[in-house]
Amino acid sequence: MDVPAPVLRMSGIGKQFPGVRALDGVDLRLLPGEVHALMGENGAGKSTLIKVLTGVHPADSGTIELAGRTVSFAGPLEAQQAGISTVYQEVNLCANLSVAENIFIGREPRRRGRIDWKRMRARAAELLRRLELDIDVSAPLSSYSLALQQMVAIARAIDVEARVLILDEPTSSLDAGEVRQLFHVMRRLKEEGIAILFVSHFLDQIYEISDRMTILRNGRLVGEYLTRELSQVALVSKMIGQELAELERLHGEARTFDRPLVEARELGRTGAVEPFSLTIHEGEVVGLAGLLGSGRTEIARLLFGADHATGGEVAVGGAPAALRTPRAAMAHRIAFCSENRKRDGLIPDLTVRENIVLALQATRGWTRPVPRDQQDELVGRYIKALKISPPNPDHLVRNLSGGNQQKVLLARWLILEPRLLILDEPTRGIDVGAKAEIQRLVTELSDGGMAVLFISAELEEVLRLSHRVGVLRDRRLVADLPNDDTLTTDTLMETIASGGRA
Amino acid sequence: MKRLLWPLLVLAALLAVNLFFTPSFFSVEMKEGHLYGSLIDILRFGAPLILVSLGMTLVIATGGIDLSVGSVVAISGALACLRISEDGGVFSAVVLALGLCVLLGLWNGFLVAGVGIQPIIATLILMVAGRGLAQLIADGQIITVNSPSYKVIGGGYLLTVPFGILLVLVVLGVTAFLTRRLALGVLIESVGGNAEASRLAGIRSRGIVITVYAFAALCAGVAGLMISSNVSSADGNNAGLWIELDAILAVVIGGTSLAGGRFSLGGTVLGALIIQTLTTTIYSVGVPPETTLLVKALVVAAVCLVQSPKFRDKVFRRAGPRSSPRPAAEEKVRVTA
Amino acid sequence: MTTAILDRLGARGRSVPAKYVPVLVTAGLFVAMFVAGGIRYEGFATGQVILNVFIDNAFLLVVAVGMTFVILTGGIDLSVGSVVALSTMISASLMAGPGWPPYLVVPLVLLIGSALGLVMGYIVHAFDIQPFIVTLAGMFLARGLCYTIGTDSIPIEDPTFTAFAQTRIDLFADLWISPSVVIAVVVVLVAAYVLHYTRLGRTVYATGGSEQSALLMGLPVGRTKVAVYTISGFCSALGGVLLSFYMLSGYGLHAVGMELDAIAAVVIGGTLLTGGSGFLLGTVLGVLVLGLIQTVLSFEGTLSSWWTKIFIGLLLFVFILLQRLFSARRRT
Repeated sequence: MDVPAPVLRMSGIGKQFPGVRALDGVDLRLLPGEVHALMGENGAGKSTLIKVLTGVHPADSGTIELAGRTVSFAGPLEAQQAGISTVYQEVNLCANLSVAENIFIGREPRRRGRIDWKRMRARAAELLRRLELDIDVSAPLSSYSLALQQMVAIARAIDVEARVLILDEPTSSLDAGEVRQLFHVMRRLKEEGIAILFVSHFLDQIYEISDRMTILRNGRLVGEYLTRELSQVALVSKMIGQELAELERLHGEARTFDRPLVEARELGRTGAVEPFSLTIHEGEVVGLAGLLGSGRTEIARLLFGADHATGGEVAVGGAPAALRTPRAAMAHRIAFCSENRKRDGLIPDLTVRENIVLALQATRGWTRPVPRDQQDELVGRYIKALKISPPNPDHLVRNLSGGNQQKVLLARWLILEPRLLILDEPTRGIDVGAKAEIQRLVTELSDGGMAVLFISAELEEVLRLSHRVGVLRDRRLVADLPNDDTLTTDTLMETIASGGRA
Repeated sequence: MKRLLWPLLVLAALLAVNLFFTPSFFSVEMKEGHLYGSLIDILRFGAPLILVSLGMTLVIATGGIDLSVGSVVAISGALACLRISEDGGVFSAVVLALGLCVLLGLWNGFLVAGVGIQPIIATLILMVAGRGLAQLIADGQIITVNSPSYKVIGGGYLLTVPFGILLVLVVLGVTAFLTRRLALGVLIESVGGNAEASRLAGIRSRGIVITVYAFAALCAGVAGLMISSNVSSADGNNAGLWIELDAILAVVIGGTSLAGGRFSLGGTVLGALIIQTLTTTIYSVGVPPETTLLVKALVVAAVCLVQSPKFRDKVFRRAGPRSSPRPAAEEKVRVTA
Repeated sequence: MTTAILDRLGARGRSVPAKYVPVLVTAGLFVAMFVAGGIRYEGFATGQVILNVFIDNAFLLVVAVGMTFVILTGGIDLSVGSVVALSTMISASLMAGPGWPPYLVVPLVLLIGSALGLVMGYIVHAFDIQPFIVTLAGMFLARGLCYTIGTDSIPIEDPTFTAFAQTRIDLFADLWISPSVVIAVVVVLVAAYVLHYTRLGRTVYATGGSEQSALLMGLPVGRTKVAVYTISGFCSALGGVLLSFYMLSGYGLHAVGMELDAIAAVVIGGTLLTGGSGFLLGTVLGVLVLGLIQTVLSFEGTLSSWWTKIFIGLLLFVFILLQRLFSARRRT
């Protein structure tokens, strides 16, 4: 064994949240001078593991050893003092302060009680030179790009004699050149013997930079692997899981779809999703498959006008359409159930009834209320059809379970009778029964002629429901596959892993 | 209704205190065909505050705040009195004053929803400049008018009831109609409760917010007419001074959160009545009136502390299973910039 | 046109960093007002006119310094005017009634003001209640305490006090200032030092820039928030002492609405009301601009005092709009 002693060893980590077992017996070890990728889909437990490591959450069970000594931190600050620093995707610095201050604030060099600005700037410049950056350290942080801000955060992190550096999705908002710059810095730090824990959703980046990886799924450890020994297909299947009992496909015999409803041509948004072309026909269910952060949600948001496209065009029913706002999309009878129900969907303080009629009311404006009997009729019908429980229209939405909240959100859009329904992870975090109901509903709706864009992290679900599957990888629509008998989760995984290049 | 329980209890307690010190407190009598009595006085003197608070409720429900209502009160009274003192036309004066108030409200709404300035800052502008504007209109004088028909608004009677009370009922009715019969209320609560989700549901929040600020200014305008009519004069300097603070207080006591979302018109009316009763009580109990502000400060502090989740956590630790468990693992929010 | 100038000034790499632009605009405004006044009115363009602005607004300057600390953290303090009044009231009543000497009264007043600020800061920090509401309660409380002490104006006749108040410090060439100005200048200098050269000061900026980040960087955010309200309370009390020198009386109706003047001065001085950006020099200039408006109006004679408020409102509007433009630009 020529493996050096790990600088950090977490073993048997367990963490329970109300109703969720977030981590269950997870091990992780970091060797000095390696880049270690932490992999897993949504809800796999990556964030929780990092939070346990840095003392944001206490672990329910298990031990953490740093350089052979058992430790437990009361918070990120303590972890940092012990040599474990974290840099997050959203740069947690103060953009209004100068670069030098951001590196040193809280431990500025002082002389006779007053901050020694000159020395601070000199030391900041020196530190950044170690990362091969030559920038004006007295300029405010806000005048630099996100990538440079990221580097400054790293500089702050390593100044405190860091032994472990955690980079939590640092590349999500960087362009290719900036990623290269970051990797350059990471390699230098590696040479200095710092262990780097790296989280990213971009497979190419993982394979470019990481030496080893630990894979989590549903809060459990899948395993620890050398990156060069694990193929991309194997990685994807380990992340997504293989308990894929061959499920019957819910949609009936293959139909032909010849009436295009929404056609996107080279639609794209800089920094969110590369230009893509996609046609959705009437009555067709188009699935989007890809890992978290691959651009699934971004496509949905562009088609609903929730974000502005930076290029390309959309036609609805053959006529060019400008989907600049959600209202514009709604006027073309496009509906969108967002992934983040709490943040982008429901109004928690309002009742089930009010949430359900909200979009309909919005289209009518406040001067023309939806008549009470119509409300009762619509709300009653959908509470019954979707089995919303408790079946009380005056219940506050905040008190409903996740599955029922999802159904409320669905009902809000169904009463508008959309022609295209975009569902972003409609079955995430809800119980099995509700999940099956929502899947059945999608099938029924498409049989009735509605087009559905169905996004899910679960490949088998996408396969069961879709007539056609678009595959995304690294913010790019890499394939558009008809869902016939030859399409299996394995082929989908291969497509994701290879990026459609095979 | 449960949300109104606390304000109701406070009001009842205050009234009981009054009854204890002044046994005749609840008696309402008829004099010269007019209703008289302490309760009537509370309603009559509290009328302007109720009006301003109603407008403020809607603004706060959208997640905003309007500091300028006090200045608008002064402007409305000053303009109306100026017009009446010039040519005596009460109706045109009232219409002109209220029209100006709506314009000022639109201005506030434009700054908040159109330009995107924080509400507290946007309305601070009019709060400062509006006082000067009121004095400018009145030319720095206290304008005294002698118009019996103008006097009716704040000091007159209709069908034995003080006109001001009737006016409050009308405005309350209109507000309730707009928000609860029409769909303004639910859209306001939606925008205040979750602005991004409202946008994705297709709500045009800009129009709603502007409407609400205009409405708040209109309410303040009516209150201004009432105040100036009651004393038959307009004082640009002191009319409506600090009424915005009382109104905010009334809204908060009434159970509407300063963070926006759910609002309660009934609660606000109760809140305003509590404040007015408090003032009356202090007089009738024989506490020196100078301490009104002290008592008010304590009430504000108590109400806000009780509404603060952190305070409740700290003080009532053993809250038991009913205290809602905080989501320990807040879903990580992905930023798609 | 203004934007074009700002563009030129704000362009990075040019001589002036963008963060100084708002202060420079205010300075430019002050100079322009002064020059315009000098051309229009005889006897305006003298040094004493500027010094008089200082003399008449020394208390406001001190109060605005405290407000600057609070606003830099992203908070607001509505209680300052009432605390000023309370300080005059306590000073006057203690000297008039039991006849306490000033050297006991003044420290006591400063202590009370600081304690009020401390309590408000603690409530803001510990219970997560909006500063607006907490300091509103503080405003009621302090004003209420004033009226509880007395509803009438209480004259101050203590000989030491009056002697100090009437002292003139002669400078060169017939120019003079009052001791209050010296105190105010010292306060400004100390505050500027604290903001620029101490960890407390830098944490104030960091907290205003992003409270979340400041917490994650391990900065003592809670302590800092309590500290700024305490500082503001202290400054208000000191402003109250200076006001009692100026008025030689204590009165519950002193300094009504001074919180608005202080906030206006801070904003006109280029400090962002959302926190994190601004300079004390800007606040000084903001107070000077407010004072100069009054001077101009008094020289004009025909224009009445309420134009002050309208001008202040207009200036506020212009500066808030400029801030909005700046922050919008920075985000893109």
